[in-house]
Formats: sequence, C-alpha cells, structure tokens
Amino acid sequence: MMNQQVTLELIEPPEIDLAVLWHVLILTGTGLVIVVVDLFYPKKRLMAYIALVGVVAAGLASMAMAKFGDGSYAFYDTIVSDNFSLFFSVIFCLGTALTILISVNYAEREAINYSEYYVLLIFATVGMIVMASASDLITVFLGLELMSIALYVLAGINRASSKSAESSLKYFLLGAFATCFLLYGIAFVYGAVGSTNLNEVASAIREDRLNSSGMLYMGVGLITIGLGFKVASVPFHMWTPDVYEGAPTSVTAFMSVGPKAAGFAAFFRVYLIGFSELSEETVTLIWILAALSMTVGSLGALLQENIKRMLGYSSIAHVGYVLVALVAANEMASPAVLYYMLTYCFMNIGLFAVVIALSRKGEESPFIKGYAGLAVRHPVLAFVMSLFLFSLAGIPPLAGFMAKFYVFSAAISAGYVWLTVIAVVNSVIGVYVYLRITVLMYMTEPEGESPPLPLSPFTLTALVVAVMGTLYLGIFPSRILELARNSGLF
Amino acid sequence: MLTAIIFLPVFGIVAMLFVPAGKAELIKKTALGSSLLTFLVSVPLFFKFNSNTAEMQFVEKVAWIEPFGVSYHVGIDGISLFLVLLTTFLTFICTLASWNVTKRIKEYMIAMLILETGMIGVFVSLDLLLFYVFWEVMLIPMYLIIGIWGGPRRIYAAVKFFIYTMAGSVLMLVGILTLVYTQYKATGIVTFNLLEHFKGDIPVNIQWWLFVAFGLAFAVKVPMFPFHTWLPDAHVEAPTAGSVLLAGVLLKMGTYGFIRFCLPLCPYASYNAASVMCTLAVIGIIYGALMALVQTDIKKLVAYSSVSHLGFIVLGIFAFNVEGIKGGVIQMVNHGLSTGCLFLLVGMIYERRHTRTISDYGGLVHQVPVYAGFFLIAVFSSMALPGLNGFIGEFLILAGVFRSIPIFGAFAIIGVLLGAWYLLWTYQRMMLKDIKHPENRMLEDLNPRELAVLLPMVVFIVWIGVYSKPFLSRMDASVENLVTIIEQGLREEKPDEAPSSIRELLKEERKERP
Repeated sequence: MMNQQVTLELIEPPEIDLAVLWHVLILTGTGLVIVVVDLFYPKKRLMAYIALVGVVAAGLASMAMAKFGDGSYAFYDTIVSDNFSLFFSVIFCLGTALTILISVNYAEREAINYSEYYVLLIFATVGMIVMASASDLITVFLGLELMSIALYVLAGINRASSKSAESSLKYFLLGAFATCFLLYGIAFVYGAVGSTNLNEVASAIREDRLNSSGMLYMGVGLITIGLGFKVASVPFHMWTPDVYEGAPTSVTAFMSVGPKAAGFAAFFRVYLIGFSELSEETVTLIWILAALSMTVGSLGALLQENIKRMLGYSSIAHVGYVLVALVAANEMASPAVLYYMLTYCFMNIGLFAVVIALSRKGEESPFIKGYAGLAVRHPVLAFVMSLFLFSLAGIPPLAGFMAKFYVFSAAISAGYVWLTVIAVVNSVIGVYVYLRITVLMYMTEPEGESPPLPLSPFTLTALVVAVMGTLYLGIFPSRILELARNSGLF
Repeated sequence: MLTAIIFLPVFGIVAMLFVPAGKAELIKKTALGSSLLTFLVSVPLFFKFNSNTAEMQFVEKVAWIEPFGVSYHVGIDGISLFLVLLTTFLTFICTLASWNVTKRIKEYMIAMLILETGMIGVFVSLDLLLFYVFWEVMLIPMYLIIGIWGGPRRIYAAVKFFIYTMAGSVLMLVGILTLVYTQYKATGIVTFNLLEHFKGDIPVNIQWWLFVAFGLAFAVKVPMFPFHTWLPDAHVEAPTAGSVLLAGVLLKMGTYGFIRFCLPLCPYASYNAASVMCTLAVIGIIYGALMALVQTDIKKLVAYSSVSHLGFIVLGIFAFNVEGIKGGVIQMVNHGLSTGCLFLLVGMIYERRHTRTISDYGGLVHQVPVYAGFFLIAVFSSMALPGLNGFIGEFLILAGVFRSIPIFGAFAIIGVLLGAWYLLWTYQRMMLKDIKHPENRMLEDLNPRELAVLLPMVVFIVWIGVYSKPFLSRMDASVENLVTIIEQGLREEKPDEAPSSIRELLKEERKERP
C-alpha cells in the first residue's frame, strides 16, 4: 500500500520552485562563468573580480529573499528557505567575499592563483547554503559533501608546499571518515523513523511512532559525531590545528568561518527541529561537548607558538561557546548562534587578514614571537590586530562581547548557570591567550629589520569592512540583534 | 551633561589624532586641555546637586539594545557625585604630572583619556550592562599604561592585573545575567535597569549567589585580603600617573560596587555576610599595615598602605549604618587625595634620583624643604591627623563600626596605630636626620609645574579636613535612603529568620535619627 502511493507520487511532474534557490543559482552560475572565461582569458585577477561580484550578488539576493520571501519549503520539503537559512547565507557570502579580498594578493604571491581557487571557494559556499537550507538529513549530507570536497582540494592547493599536501590529505581522510559516521547515523534514523525529513522525524518522535528507539539513539549519536567533526568540537577536533597550520592562510581564514557556520546551521536545525523532542536525552551530550571544547580549546591555545595553530585552538574554544547556545535550546538559542557567527566572521577573517598582510612569501607558519614590537613597526596594523584580538577575547564594547553576551543570556535564561561559569572561566584563559600577542606587539622591542609594508587596496578593503563590522556589532548591536531574533528557528 | 563629561575625553583623543606624533608639546597640551575641560564641566555638578533628595540626578536615558531592555542610562546620587569629581580632578592632575613622559607620548595620553571615559562611565551607569561595559573598557588602557610605560617587571604586572580583574568581572557578568533572568521569570520583563531591580525583592538563595558573583569582582578590585596580590605588583611597576589613578580611582570601583550593587540588591545576604567581610577587611587593615612596615621600597610601602586603608572603607560599608557608609564614601575621596599625593611625591623624587629604596634617602628636609613639607602633609593626611581629610573619614567609619560591631572596631584601632607608625617612621627615615648619601645634595626642589600638581591636592586635603559639611551634607539623603533600602530588604526577606538583634539595632538607628 505504502509502495503504491510512493510510485504514484513519483509519476507526477515534480514541482520545481527555483525561487527559493536564487542565491544558489547565482553562485553556481558565477562558478561556471569563471570556468568558461578562464579558457579564453589569461589574467587571473579577472576571476577574482567575477567571483567577488557573484558572491556579493548572492548575498544581496539572500537579503532580498529574506525581505520578500515567505519562508517556503521546496523540492518535496527537502529545502527550506526561512530567515534562519537566509541569515546564514548572508554570513557565508560575507565570509567568502572577505576571503576573496584577502586572497587576491596572497594567491598571486604564493602562486596559487588558479581560477579553480575561486571556483572552489564559490562551490564550497553553495554547499554551505544547501546545508543551512536543508530540512532533510539527505540534503544536509548533500550540502556537506559539496562543501567538504571543495575544501579538501583548497587545503592542498599549494602544490609546492608539502605541509599543504599533508593538511589536505589529513583533512580528506578524517573528513571522509566523519562523513561515513554521518551517513550511517542518517541510515539509523531512517530505520527508526521511516523518514529522513526533519519535520517527519520530529513528529514521529513526538507521536511515538518509532520502530526502535535504540536505533534512533544510535543515529543521533552518529550524526552528532559527523557534525561534531565538521564544526571541530572536542573530542572530534584533532584535525583542526594541523589543517589550519598546513593550509594556505587564506584558505584557513575561509575554513575557520564559513564551513564552521554551516556546520552549526545544520547542527542547530537537526537538533532544534528534528530531535527537539529528545532534548532531555541529548542535552547532556551537548553539554559535555560544549564544556570540553571550551576547555581544551583555550588550554590548547595557551601552549602554541605558531599563530595559525593558536587560532585553530581558539576556534575550538569558540565552538564550545556556540554549543552553549545549543544546550540552552530556547527561543534565544538560534538567534544567538546567528549573531555569534556573524561577529566571528568579521573578527576572525579580519585577524587572518592582518596575519596575511604581515607574512612573507614562503613563510607559511608565522610564529607568534614574530609580532614583537609590531606597534612600533606598523602602528595601524597593530591597533587593528589588537582590536580583533580583544573582540575575540570578548572585551566590550567590541562585537565579540555582544555575541558572548547573547549566548550566555540564552544559557542563563534556560537555567544553565554552571555551564556559563565554565564558559566565562574559559574566556579568562582565552584573554590570556590573546593578551600574549598584544604584549608582544606593544610591550617588547622589535627584532630585526622592518621592511615597508605595502597594503593592497583589496586587503585594505577587507580590513576596513572587518573593523567596521566589529565596532558596529559591538556598539550599536540593536538592529542586527533584532534581525537575528526574527530569524530564529522558532 | 553627564554624557558630555563622559565623552569629552574622547573628543580630546579625536583632536589628538590629528596632531603629528613628533609634536610632543602640542600633544601634551591637547590632553591637558581636554582633561581640564572635563574637570571644569564636572564642577557644576557639585553646585547644582540637590542634596535634599535621594533620587538619581542629571539622569539621561536612551534606549541602546532594545531587544534586551538595555539602555544608555546614566545619573548620579550623593555617593557617585564625589567619585565622578575625584576622577575628573585626578585625571587632570595626572596629565599635568605626566609632563616628563617621553616614550610614545601620544599613545600614553590617548590611553589616559580612554581610561578617564571608562572610569566616569562606571560611576554614572545606572544600567547593569552599561556598567559592565565601562568596567571592562577601562581595563585595556590601564593594562597598556602599566605594560608599556611601567618599570622593569611591567609585563608581568600588567598581565596579572588584567587576568585578576577579568576573572572577577566575568563572574559578575554571570551574576548580572542571573539577576536579570530571575527577575524576568518573576515579572515577565527583561530589563537591565538597576533602579528597577532595586524595587524587586530577590529570593534569598539567589541573593547569596549574586553576592558571591558581584562580591568577588569587587573584592578583587578593592582589593580585599586574599585577592590583593596583584596590587603591589601593579603599583610598583606602573608609571606615576598610573599608580595615582589606580589607587585614587580604580580601587574605589570595588568599594563603590559594594555600595551600589551588593548592599541594595542583596541586603539579606550582605547583612549575613557582614561578619566574613569585616573579618577580611580587618585582616586587610592589619596585614597591609604590617607589610608596609617591612618594605624597603617606598612605592611598595604606599601600595600596601592602600590595602590597609581600603580595609577601613570596606569595614565602614559593612557597618550598615549611616555613619559607617558616609565615612566609607568620604574616605574613598580622602584616600584618592592622600595616597594620590604620596604616589605623586614618590614619582617626583624618583625622577630625580632613580631609586625608590628608602635607605637611599635621609635628611631631605635640609636639601628640598618644600618637597618635605608636602610629604609631611600627605603623610599626616594618610594617617588621619585631625584637621586633615583622613580624620573625618576614619572617625566616621570607626563611629559607625563601634555602634554596630565593636569588636572589629577594636581591631581597626590597631590598624590606625600601625598606620601612624609606618608613615611617621618612613618620614623620619627619608626626610629627617642628616644627609648620608652625597647624591642627595644635588637634588633640586619642586619646580612650578610640580607645585601646580600638588597644591590643588593639598587644598582639598585641608578643605575636607576643616570644613567637610558641603561634602557630607550632599551624601546624607542618598546614604539614608540606602540604609532604608537595606532595612526594608531585611524585613521583607523572611523576617523570622533575621536575628532579633538585627531588627532591634535597626529600630534604634531609626529612633536616633531626627
């Protein structure tokens, strides 16, 4: 009987509502245009321009869809275009646009300015948007694979560097493994519920129509491992420092923001929509992940001498803070993650922009002690860098503080005071981590010669945007907070 | 008007950004001008202040983060008025005292002015989040002032200062959020407005948590006994102006916090924690004094004397009566003046001799009599000689303490004696007797700029000592209102659990007051 119905549905001409995918279409089109133009036109800078225009257009399209769209489901309810996914799309496009800006000169210098570099960035962004818009576990998987495969290649795009190749291979092997976990988990959930659609899963759990609750828990656990790997939460974080260190710095900047945000988008939607009825059982699991990520991340960052590794660990700590919002799981949780990832996008890419601006050719692993006396050599860059560092540390009135404030508000209003205490204690450790760099920049004398530093207009634009964002979201957060609040999952 | 005072230093910074770094003189003049202007604009607060009301005055309120019920809400009462004036006054003195700074003068002055904005903001904020923001904002410039322009161990001291204060204050953030969301569950409104929270009664168990979360942040800042270890390091390494502002204003944020937040928000917990707080305060008083006695470094001596003096202020606050709290508030101002003056004097002699070891001096009164005279006034003020400001504060505090908890008063008296001992002994060793070291014969006496720095301080030291009525009368209404809030809080919160002696005590107090 069941089978018959399914076959009948399949015969009907499928409804294709492309209006929910404007941003994806624009990006895909841009990617294809670059591939074609590359055949006829040798100058790679044009590809960057095309990519930038495409990404900005996709970001604007997302905003327009949020304003005029109606939050509809499409493609047999596998894709949803609600404010939550559109807000995330804007974050992804912003992250990619900033990455392109800081990449132009860097890619030329490191001889990785293939047009594929920009194409892969764009396709990864498409994958992220699909992940954030997925209302079906299979769509989550589809987006995740699209994003990951592009990232595996990007991590290893510097063919001249063995570290880059190592990082790519490591990322690929572990990533493929984690994807298997995710897929296996999806299979278990399907076995338990009979559907992979998140709303179906939720209603099946609510109405207790389970084939086997053991299978469901198994599935939830495996999906958590898969997504936990993608956002790099402890104990699935081992790859992060190595991959961050080995990948070209611009790719690291990209990876630290967009893909992470996409992972969270999927994490939050799967947990808050699909598994919302299981929250009593899953909350302990996420609680532990959050506490471990914060602690391991901030303690690990203390010991690093290489700034890219340090930022890798610090990003693990930030994963912990975001997971605190998932533990809270109340009406403030999903707006909090939106706001957090937006601010994180500005401050983290801004920080990487400074790291790139200060690095030299072939110097792929910049050491922290290289920042000694930066305030004397390049006062403006030192100031901008400390702005981002203090923002990451959560010092008001910068954006990072408001983001943490939102997350902690969510946690405390849901009654998780102890988790918040763990979080704030870790922020203090984090403060020490970030202070170390400001100490070097401001309180020690420079070593060696200080060559004049030409700042390209691209990097400069990225820095200005990031600084404005960090200040605006910290001092006048009202408007964007309101937008985030209207973009929550419920 | 308050907004103008908070942000005038920022305009000074903007103006300074257009001055090229090479023109040191112009930079210093711009900074001095903007700090003087800030002070002058803040003076009318004193004269326009209505001392008959306990309401907040000069209130300004603009919505800031509407989704969270956070607003830019500032105002002052009889308690914060004096701390704002102290801040603007000391910042002006400090910019004048920093004339000899040569290293990266532009950044130095910018840090000073940001610090001023942060400090004023802390004292005028009536919104919990705004308070927290200013509280944290002033950390960074102080950290930079110690870390860039400080002494040999400056980096250690700066990082220790930052981490200690930050550790205390993040717990305060948890406390603020807990307070807000507990009240949200009771009333259905999310608000960070402090005045609203005064009205709501907070359950006793939450009060205890809040008291611990807020109290820890303030205790680190004061600093109270086991949390004081950052202070000697920070003071010794900081440049003179940094020490003056640290002792004069930053430490007061801790005691101010107790008065503004802990007491009215959690009266029950505060009252029941009073014995612990007073014990720690007394330990601080005696420990600080004993440590000061054995120091060989004059700056460290003054730093430890701060630990001792701040203990008195905390003791006065936790006496829970009008005299004690009034004494605490006036003593905050006094300590800012007297210890500030001592740090300035230490800085001036250090610039000449480049040593802070007490035994390197001796007989200075013969060589630099004017300097020695000012030093004597500062010492007398610090040891609370009648006729100078310190006496008024200490007298009121002791009067309050002996009325409510005499045993602690008895211990505090020991602190007073020890204070006289280490201060007079220091004066004797540095200023009296004969000149032993030939280097001291080359010392020059104070120059006109240094006189201009010290004279205003001395004027206030004498003024408060001789005629304190204009100061005390302005805080009457606010302090009495605070005591009333505590009384009400104690009566509302499970009156049966409150020991009967407390209630009798409170009744007595009300009878005595006309």
